Amino acid sequence: MMSKMIFGRYIPGNSLIHHMDPRAKLLLSFYFIGIIFIANNWPTYVLLFAFTLLAIKLSGVKWSFFINGVKPLIWLILFTVVLQILFSASGGQVYFQWGIITISQFGLVNGVYIFCRFVLIIFMSTLLTLTTPPLELSDAIEYLLMPLKVVHFPVYEVALMLSIALRFVPTLMDETEKIMNAQRARGVDFGEGNIFQQMRAIVPLLIPLFVSSFNRAEDLATAMEARGYQGGEGRSKYRILKWHGRDTWATVTFAVLTVALVYLRA
Amino acid sequence: MAITFKQVEFTYQPGTPFETKALTDINVTIPDGSYTALIGHTGSGKSTLLQHLDALLKPTSGTVTIGDRVITPTTSNKDLKRLRQHVGIVFQFPESQLFEETVAKDIAFGPQNFGASEADALKLAAKMLTLVGLDADLLQRSPFDLSGGQMRRVAIAGVLAMQPKVLVLDEPTAGLDPQGRLEMMDMFARLRHEQQLTIVLVTHQMDDVANYANNVIVMDHGRVVKTGTPQAIFKDPQWLAEHHLGLPKTTAFAQQLIARGMTFDEMPLTEDQLAAALVKQLPTSVLGGGDHDE
Amino acid sequence: MSQIIDVEHLNYRYPQQAADQLTLTDISFTVAAGEWVAIVGHNGSGKSTLAKNLNGLLAPVSGKITIDGQVLSEQTVWDIRRKIGMVFQNPDNQFVGATVEDDVAFSLENQGIPRDEMLSRVAEALAQVDMQDFATREPARLSGGQKQRVALAGMIAARPQILILDEATSMLDPEGRAEVLQTIQQMKADSDLTVLSITHDIDEAANANRVLVVNDGHLVEEGTPAEIFQHGPALIKMGLDMPYPERLKAALARLGVQVPATYLTEKGMADWLWQLRSNK
Repeated sequence: MMSKMIFGRYIPGNSLIHHMDPRAKLLLSFYFIGIIFIANNWPTYVLLFAFTLLAIKLSGVKWSFFINGVKPLIWLILFTVVLQILFSASGGQVYFQWGIITISQFGLVNGVYIFCRFVLIIFMSTLLTLTTPPLELSDAIEYLLMPLKVVHFPVYEVALMLSIALRFVPTLMDETEKIMNAQRARGVDFGEGNIFQQMRAIVPLLIPLFVSSFNRAEDLATAMEARGYQGGEGRSKYRILKWHGRDTWATVTFAVLTVALVYLRA
Repeated sequence: MAITFKQVEFTYQPGTPFETKALTDINVTIPDGSYTALIGHTGSGKSTLLQHLDALLKPTSGTVTIGDRVITPTTSNKDLKRLRQHVGIVFQFPESQLFEETVAKDIAFGPQNFGASEADALKLAAKMLTLVGLDADLLQRSPFDLSGGQMRRVAIAGVLAMQPKVLVLDEPTAGLDPQGRLEMMDMFARLRHEQQLTIVLVTHQMDDVANYANNVIVMDHGRVVKTGTPQAIFKDPQWLAEHHLGLPKTTAFAQQLIARGMTFDEMPLTEDQLAAALVKQLPTSVLGGGDHDE
Repeated sequence: MSQIIDVEHLNYRYPQQAADQLTLTDISFTVAAGEWVAIVGHNGSGKSTLAKNLNGLLAPVSGKITIDGQVLSEQTVWDIRRKIGMVFQNPDNQFVGATVEDDVAFSLENQGIPRDEMLSRVAEALAQVDMQDFATREPARLSGGQKQRVALAGMIAARPQILILDEATSMLDPEGRAEVLQTIQQMKADSDLTVLSITHDIDEAANANRVLVVNDGHLVEEGTPAEIFQHGPALIKMGLDMPYPERLKAALARLGVQVPATYLTEKGMADWLWQLRSNK
């Protein structure tokens, strides 16, 4: 059945954010990750959070999706935060000291800031993937790779490969589940026993999966050829990306955000 | 071996935003020794129910009793093996589960997982191959060199090699040509007899239900909406149509005759039943004739 | 009537086969423009191989194939592929696009059709197969029957003269099969499309004007559905189901009833039975 992963899942919707150009969304998401590092005091972080929460609100996607997006990474985040608290240079009031371990006011504040950065980055990238179909993301990547055509990089072919790969992910996931069930019914225990036993258990899953994928690939190639596919040259494009006023406005909003951050930072 | 569902509910990914309820309040028994057909249109919950027959899925609430084992939502995943040995499932397009270098090794895979020695399992493999109507010459061949129909029979032999008491068949004839379908269905009928199997058949082919099953479970929207003999299920064509199900060809044809004014004491399900009913109504002049081409 | 498909003395062998083994042996037939021809035969008889020779997906050992006046060769193969639309057996393995509309547009993109024209042709084609509400859906969320209808929409949009169905309904449930068959009948009625359907399905074969029977790579018989269906139980060996009236006739004959030798449709069979009963 379907995977439990939240990250990388698209939630259909009709919001302003859903309708934005994927190029704008992709570029602005990266830009956002960059300007997070401008923030260095409470007002700037509060501003960033307010901005992110507003964007989430605008997208109309339920809060629980974002919380679920943080959950799988929580241990990594806490680990980093604890390292930061224990080992960062001392400054301000020192609460505890033992060998190289120091808990200072400076360390605590920095730990909280790092936690905030993680959460902001996860929220924003989750927002990007939840509101943008993977296919549109691949369109955006294709567009952004276009300059590479100059050096004879096969942009069209790579884009088609990417879109076919995306299209077959659910098909192969179903297939995996089906074969796993068939082998479990024949007495295989997946995910049990020691490493060696688990490795052995994977063989009856992997071989059929490869065989069926090769068969599918062959069928698909035949179907593509029958439908007149002869490589990227001379093809026209059905999907095009359109830059709207809202995308320009979003870009302006980010510029204003940047100015505000620079103004407010300590 | 009987399988009994009591107040079974099943939900995929409970507690996540992708939660979907697949089974609701299932109370049904698959009697020991029966040939039970499980029917319902695509998405009615058949395949979810099927996975409960072998504890591949555990109910979200309620219990499934398989022989003397009771499966509850909290049953541990360990120790389900013995149970799985007793219930063999032939999934749709089972040839996709083949993976070994030789036919013999692939058939022996199941028994070995259940503790049989390699020698015993290989002996069993040879026996099972003939049981599914294939030649012993194939034992040392790679399963990937066989024809589609042969691969399917090897996969079925691999399930039979576990010597299950219940054999579950999910659309076992999908993709075969008419002759292959006929041979396959006759093979299951023969195996049921020879191996004293309980058979559960998931199918869209109403003719197979009419020809082979003695018990029918109808599903729709994740519920069991009717159980009974094929006679009882097929006597109400309108109800079946409401649940996106068809009629056996004979029954559909009999409906045409009924529309013209013929009557039948009992709804015919197979062409032999219809022919027998018709003979009683036809003039004797057409009967007992000398030779007729056949 | 003009011959849109002309196959002369076609021989085909797969590369891995021995030199004296042929998958197709000396196949010759013609199909008139606008005709519906069913090709039947049991699994492994070579009928799919035959279909793949017609648009150059496989290259014959010898023989000549002429499509709409053009002789198939390396120079003409892409022209000929434009004239032939092909729907295959597995709905999943021929779905190229990431969404329904992308898949329908795929052939058009390959032909370099301008985008404005693509938009209207895709929308029109989806409406014809009644899938317009699913334009932006992903294939994972469609039923097998819906996926095959999308494949047909792809054909409608590309406007081929010949449609080849390579067991296009064999992996579908009865509802899906009926939907797809109905869509094909509709397409046939809307244009003078030539249809070549490779099938085991008796209902699909019954739609044809003519049936070709292939066995072990040989074309063994040719006739109208009524002529072919007369074979009764022998049809199973040809890779077809028995039509229901034939099954009932066989059952009646087993009980000693004298049955007519000619093929009867279901209605014909009901008429005959009703007649007999009234004579009582």
